[in-house]
Amino acid sequence: MVEKSEIVVIGLNHQTAPVEVRERLAFSSEDNPKVLQTMRQNPYVDEVVLFSTCNRVELLVATKDISKAVEMVKDFFADFKKTPRQSFEQALYVYDGDEAVRHIFRVAASLDSMVVGEPQILGQIKESYQEASSNRTCGVILNRLMHRSFSVAKRVRTETGIGDHAVSISYAAVELGRKIFGQLEGKAVLLIGAGEMAELAVEHLVTNRARPIFVANRTFERGLEIAEKFKGTAIRFEEVHDYLKQADIVISSTGAPHYILVRGDFKGVMRARKNRPLFLIDIAVPRDIEPEINRITNVYVYDIDDLKNAIQENIEERRKEARRGERLVDEAVVQFRRWFECLDVVPTIVALREKLEEIRQAEIKKTFASLTSASEEDRAAVDRLTVSLIKKILHDPTLFLKQRGHKDKKSLYVDIIRRLFDLDEPNNREP
Amino acid sequence: MSLLFALTIACYIASSLGYHGYVLFQKRPVYRVASILLWMGFLSHTGVILLQYFEVRHIPVQGLHETLFTFGWAVVGVFLILQIKFHLMVLGALVAPLAALSVIIASILPIPPVEVDPLLKSLWRTFHIGTLILGNAAFAIAFLVGILYLIQEKAIKDKKRGFFFRRLPSLKLLDSMGYSCLIAGFPMLTLGIITGAIYAQMVLGRFWSWGHKEIFAGITWLVFAALLHERLAVGWQGRRAAIMTIVGFVILVFTFFLRFLG
Repeated sequence: MVEKSEIVVIGLNHQTAPVEVRERLAFSSEDNPKVLQTMRQNPYVDEVVLFSTCNRVELLVATKDISKAVEMVKDFFADFKKTPRQSFEQALYVYDGDEAVRHIFRVAASLDSMVVGEPQILGQIKESYQEASSNRTCGVILNRLMHRSFSVAKRVRTETGIGDHAVSISYAAVELGRKIFGQLEGKAVLLIGAGEMAELAVEHLVTNRARPIFVANRTFERGLEIAEKFKGTAIRFEEVHDYLKQADIVISSTGAPHYILVRGDFKGVMRARKNRPLFLIDIAVPRDIEPEINRITNVYVYDIDDLKNAIQENIEERRKEARRGERLVDEAVVQFRRWFECLDVVPTIVALREKLEEIRQAEIKKTFASLTSASEEDRAAVDRLTVSLIKKILHDPTLFLKQRGHKDKKSLYVDIIRRLFDLDEPNNREP
Repeated sequence: MSLLFALTIACYIASSLGYHGYVLFQKRPVYRVASILLWMGFLSHTGVILLQYFEVRHIPVQGLHETLFTFGWAVVGVFLILQIKFHLMVLGALVAPLAALSVIIASILPIPPVEVDPLLKSLWRTFHIGTLILGNAAFAIAFLVGILYLIQEKAIKDKKRGFFFRRLPSLKLLDSMGYSCLIAGFPMLTLGIITGAIYAQMVLGRFWSWGHKEIFAGITWLVFAALLHERLAVGWQGRRAAIMTIVGFVILVFTFFLRFLG
C-alpha cells in the first residue's frame, strides 16, 4: 500500500541567516513559477508552495519521502542560485509533521516575524499560495494547510492585541499625536531640517490628513524640494520662530550642534496660540530642542530616546500578546493533525464500514419492530442479507483505495470519500 | 417601590463592576453589558422618582437624602446624554460608582418629616434645588473628566506610558468634554442661585443674606464664571482649565454640604 504524503518545510529566515545569505537565496516573483514548475516534475514532490520575502525563503512540500525530498531541495537551491551548498546549508531549518504545520501557522500569524505582529506577512503568504494554486502545485493537503493558516492568522489578529501598538519611531510619533490632539486632521506640521526618519514621520502625519505642512531648511532649495513632496510650503530657516504660533506639531531633525529652539523662544507663543497644545518631536542627535521646553503648560517635547522607549514598551506588549497567539496556534495544530491522520486509507475504510454498520443496525431495528410475525429464523436471514449487502458494496471502493499507483492523488480520493460519506467529526470539517 | 429602589442600587453596583472589568480587560462585550446595566439602573431610578411624584405629588428634593438620591439620577442622566457625543467609555467606571454611592448613602440617611410648604413657595424651592442638582451633576462629570485629563496629561508629559495612557482617550476629547459640562452646568448653577434668591425673598423677605451658604455659593459661581470667561476669551484649555474645574467642584461640594449640615 502506498504511504500517505508528509508535510515538510525547508527554509531559512532572519533568525537563522544574515542578510547576505538571505539575499543569495531570495527568489523574485518571476522566479516563483519556474521554481514551482521544476519542483512539480520531481518524483519526490507531491505538492509545493514557495515563500520568498526579504526575511525568509521557504519551501513547503508534501512528500512521501522526507529525507530524499530535503536533499533534493538543497541541491535545487544550490543549482538554481548557482551557489555552493555549504554557503547556506548551515542556516537551513527543516521541520516535518506537526512542527511544519506549527511553523506555517506561526509565520502566517506573524509570530515568526522580525517585527512580531507586522501585518504584511499574511498578504505575502496569500500571494505565494495564489501563485502555487495557479501553477497547480497545491493538492488536498497543502490547500487545507494554507486555508487553515489564513484562518489561524485572522484569529490571532482579532483575538489578541498583537498588531495594536506602534513599533516604529515615526508611527510612535503619530500615535502620541493622536493622544494629544485626538484627530490629526487639519493640524499644522512644521518640519525643521531633513532626514529619512523625520520625513517618514511627516508622511505618516500627512496620511492622517495633517495639513498644512511647513518645511524649514538651512538651504532653501532643499526645503522647497521636500515641501513639494508633501504639497507643503517652504519657509526660511529664520522664520521658524514665527511659525511656532501656527504649527501644532513640530518635527526637528537638523545637524546643528546646538539647540534650534530654546525655552526663551516660547515667550508669548502660548498666549498667541490661545493655549492650543503644541507637540515637539526632536529626532536630531545632538538634540535640537531644549528639554526644558517640556515644562511649559500644554507643550510636549519628545526626543528620540523618549520615542524609542515608547516603542520598547509596545514591543513588550506585543510579546505578551504573542504568547496568547501561540496558544491559538497550538490549538489549530492539534485540529489539523486530527484531520491529517484521517487522510490515511485504513482509518477511512474503517470509518466507512462503521458508518454503514450503524445505518444497518438502525434500519434492522426499525424493520423488526414492525415485523412482529417474523420468526427467529426469518430475522437471522434478513440480518445476513444486510451484512452481505454492505460487504459487496464496500468491496470495490476498498480495493480501489488499497490499490498501488495513483501517487499523489491518494489523499484527494480519501478526502473525497470522507466528504461524500460525511465521515469527519463535526468540529473538523472544512469551514 | 422599595423593590425598584433595590433594583436601582443593584444595577448601579453591577454596572460599576462591569465598567471596571472593561477598563481592566478591554473587552467590548463587557462594556456593552455594563452600559445596559447602567441604562436599566437609570430607568428604574426614574421609575422611583415618577412613582413618588404620582403617589404624593412630591419631587424628591427635600432634605439631604432626597437630594442625594436625585443627584445620583442626574449624574447618570448627564453621563448618558454626553455618551451620545463623546463615547468616553472609561468614564463609566467613575460615574457608575458615584451614582451607586449617592443612592446607597441616600438610602441609609434618616428620612426627616417633610414640611409642607405653601404651593407657590414649594414650587420655587423645587425649581431652585432641581436646577442646582442638574448643575451639580454636570460639574461632577466635569470634575471626573478633569481628573482623567490630569492623569493622561501627566502620562504624556512624564513620558510614562502605562496602564492609563493606553486606556484613556486623547487630551483633546477630555478637554472638550469638560468644556461641554461647563457650558451645560453654568446656566443651571446661575438659574439655581437666582431661583434660590427669589425663594429667599418669599420666605425671609430678602433676596440675599450674607450667610455662609450664600457666600460660598457666590464664590462657586465666580470660579466657574471666571473659568468660562477664560476659556471663551483667552482660550484657556488643557491643564489649567482641568485644575480650575476640579477646584470649582470641590468648593461646590463644600457649599452643598454646608447647606444641609451647616
